[in-house]
Amino acid sequence: MRKIADWGNYPVIEAEVTGFDSAEQLRTQLEQPGEVIAFGNGRSYGDASLQKNILLTRRFNKFLSFDENTGTLCCQSGVLLSEILDAFVPRGWFLPVTPGTKLITVGGAIAADVHGKNHHVAGSFGQHVLSMEVMRNDGSVIRCSPQEKAEFFRLTIGGMGLSGVILNATFRLKRINTAYIREETVRAENLDEIMDGFELSDNWTYSVAWIDCLAKGDAMGRSILMRGEHCTKGELIKPDRLELPLILKQRLQLDIPVMFPNVALNPLSMKAFNFLYYNKTRPGTHSRIIDYNSFFYPLDAISNWNRIYGKRGFTQYQFVIPKSAGREGMRTILKRITESGLGSFLAVLKLFGEQNSFMSFPMKGYTLALDFPISHRAMQLFTELDAMVADYGGRLYLAKDSRMNAAMFEKTYPNADEFRQAISLLNEGETQFASLQSKRIGIT
Amino acid sequence: MKSVLILGATSDIAQAVAKKYAAEGWSLTLAARDTVALEPIAADLKIRADAEVKAVQFDATDFENHAAFYESLSPKPDAVICVFGYMGDQESVRSDFGEVKKTIDVNYTGAVSILNIVANDFEQRESGAIAGISSVAGDRGRQSNYIYGSAKAGFTAYLSGLRNRLAKKGVHVMTVKPGFCRTKMTEKLELPAALTAEPEQVAAAVFSGMKKQRNVVYTLWMWRYIMLIIRHIPEFIFKKMDM
Repeated sequence: MRKIADWGNYPVIEAEVTGFDSAEQLRTQLEQPGEVIAFGNGRSYGDASLQKNILLTRRFNKFLSFDENTGTLCCQSGVLLSEILDAFVPRGWFLPVTPGTKLITVGGAIAADVHGKNHHVAGSFGQHVLSMEVMRNDGSVIRCSPQEKAEFFRLTIGGMGLSGVILNATFRLKRINTAYIREETVRAENLDEIMDGFELSDNWTYSVAWIDCLAKGDAMGRSILMRGEHCTKGELIKPDRLELPLILKQRLQLDIPVMFPNVALNPLSMKAFNFLYYNKTRPGTHSRIIDYNSFFYPLDAISNWNRIYGKRGFTQYQFVIPKSAGREGMRTILKRITESGLGSFLAVLKLFGEQNSFMSFPMKGYTLALDFPISHRAMQLFTELDAMVADYGGRLYLAKDSRMNAAMFEKTYPNADEFRQAISLLNEGETQFASLQSKRIGIT
Repeated sequence: MKSVLILGATSDIAQAVAKKYAAEGWSLTLAARDTVALEPIAADLKIRADAEVKAVQFDATDFENHAAFYESLSPKPDAVICVFGYMGDQESVRSDFGEVKKTIDVNYTGAVSILNIVANDFEQRESGAIAGISSVAGDRGRQSNYIYGSAKAGFTAYLSGLRNRLAKKGVHVMTVKPGFCRTKMTEKLELPAALTAEPEQVAAAVFSGMKKQRNVVYTLWMWRYIMLIIRHIPEFIFKKMDM
C-alpha cells in the first residue's frame, strides 16, 4: 500500500499499485478479482485514475512503429506526449492535438479525450486515433478503430479507462517546418471584447485566453487572447534558429521542491499576480515568435507546480456551455465566480468547435477552466455553479473533476445512461474497471 | 559514431540510459540475459532516436563466457555502462545461501569479471570510459540489506581501484550511486518524493558525469550528505539504530 493522488493532491488515498511492462504481465494482474483502474502520469486533477487497486501504465512505454512518409505513429499507452515531441519535432512532426501539459500519457489522452488550443479546427485527441488495442477485464485484447468494433472504439474514447486498459494506439502526427510558433497576443478589456476576439480568431489554428477571474465590474472578464500558427522557415529571423529550425536549446527547468504553506496563495497574492500578468501585456495586438514549449506548455517548465497549493490540494473547475447560451451564460457564471473572490491565477477561456463524440467533454461553445484551492467555501460555490452550468445546457470535464455528483453527471452527459449500461456489460466477470470517480458519478 | 555497451539493458535505469545515449547520437549495444525482453526495447530506440542498436545475450553469472562475449563485440565500445544488479528479499537471504551467493555473484563477481576484461582492452587502447552503477547501500552496512550492501560496497571499492589504475592511461572510471529510484523494484513502495530520482534523472547524471569525467556521482545531491552523515555515526550508536 502506498499513498497516491492525482495532480490536484485531492483526494489522497492509500492504494495497492502495480506496474506492467508487457501485455502478459497485465493479463496476469487482471486475473486478480475486484475493482481496478489504470493510472498514467497522474495528471488528471481529481480521482479519475484512483482506486484501491491501481495499474501503473508508465513503464508500458515503447514506440512500436513509425511511417516517415505519413507520420503514422503506433506506440504503447504509457508513452508521454513529451516523449513523442522529443523524438519527432526534430524530424518535423508535431502532435495533432495537445493539451496544456505534455506530461500526460497517450492512454490518458485517449481515455479523457483531451483537447487543445486548436479544438475549433482539429477537434479532440480521440478524433485522430486511427486504431488501438485495448485489454478487457477477461484479458482478451480488442483491436478497434472507427471501422472495426466501432462501438467499442466509441466507448473507449473519452471512456475514462472503464472499457479496459488501452495497450497501444495508432495516430497520425502532423508536419511542421520549425519548432516555433508565431504568437499574437491581444489584450481584451472585458468579457465582450474577449468573446469578439474569439469570433475573429476563427481562422487561427491555435487560440486561447487567460482571463482575470478576480476583476469585477466594468473590468470583469478582462483577458489576454493568445493565438498562434506554426512558423514557416521564412518567418524565422535569428540566425541560430534559421540554421536548426527544428531543434530547441535545453531550457531551464525549475522545481517546487516542497509543499507551500496553505497561506502562500491568498486573495492578496493572487490579485497581485493577476494585476501584473494582465498589465505585462500592453493594450493592442502584439506579435512574436516563441518556441513551442513556451506557447503550449508554459507550466511544464516548473516541475511540481501543484505543490504551491499546499497540502490541502486544489481542483480545477472546467465547464463548457453551448455557444447559444454563450455571452449571457458566461457573464452570469463569471459574475458569480468574481463575487466569490475565490478563484486563482489560472483561468483559461476557449471557444470550442463542433464535437460529435459519445462521451467526450467538448461541445460547440465556450469553456472556462479555473483553479481553486480546496476549501469548504469553494465546494459550496461549485454546487451553485453546477446548477448554472446544467441550466445553460453545459457540462464539466471529467479529467478535472473530483467532486461532481451523480445527478449532475446524469443531467449533463446525454449518453450517460447508455454508457453506464455498456460499461456494466463489459465489466461482467471477476474483475471490473472502476475508479473513485466512476463510482461517485454513478457509472459503476 | 561513438558506441556504448550497456550491460543489464532491460532494467528501468538501463533503458533510460540507453534512451539518453541514443538521443545524443551514440550507437548502442544492449546486453542482457533475457533477449526476448530486449527486442521491443531495441525496436523502440530505433524509432525514438533513429539509433543504431544491437541486442546481444549476456549473463552476468556466466563468468566463463565473459571473455568470449567481449571478444564477439565488433566494433569494441567506447564506453561501457554496467547496470545489472540483483536484490533479493532480505528475509530469504538470511536463511538461503543460494540467494546470498546469487546476490554476491551478480553484484560483485559478475561485474568484476566482465569489467576486468573491458578494462584490459581499454588500457591497451588507452581510451574509453566505464561507469558502474553501485549503490548507496554499499556506503555502510545496515541490517535491512547488508548482503546486497556488502556486495555493492565491494563493487564500489573495485571501481575506485580500477579508476586509480586506469587514470594514468586516459581511461575514465565512474561510480554511480543512485539512491532511491522510481523503478519496477520500488513502484509499490511509498518513497520520499524529494529523495527519489526518476530513471531519466539517473540517466542524465550518468551521461553528463561521463562527459565531465566525474569520479563518484550521487544522482540527487542530498544523498552525498545523507550518506556522509550515516557513515559518520559512531558504531556504538549505529549498532542500536533501526536502519
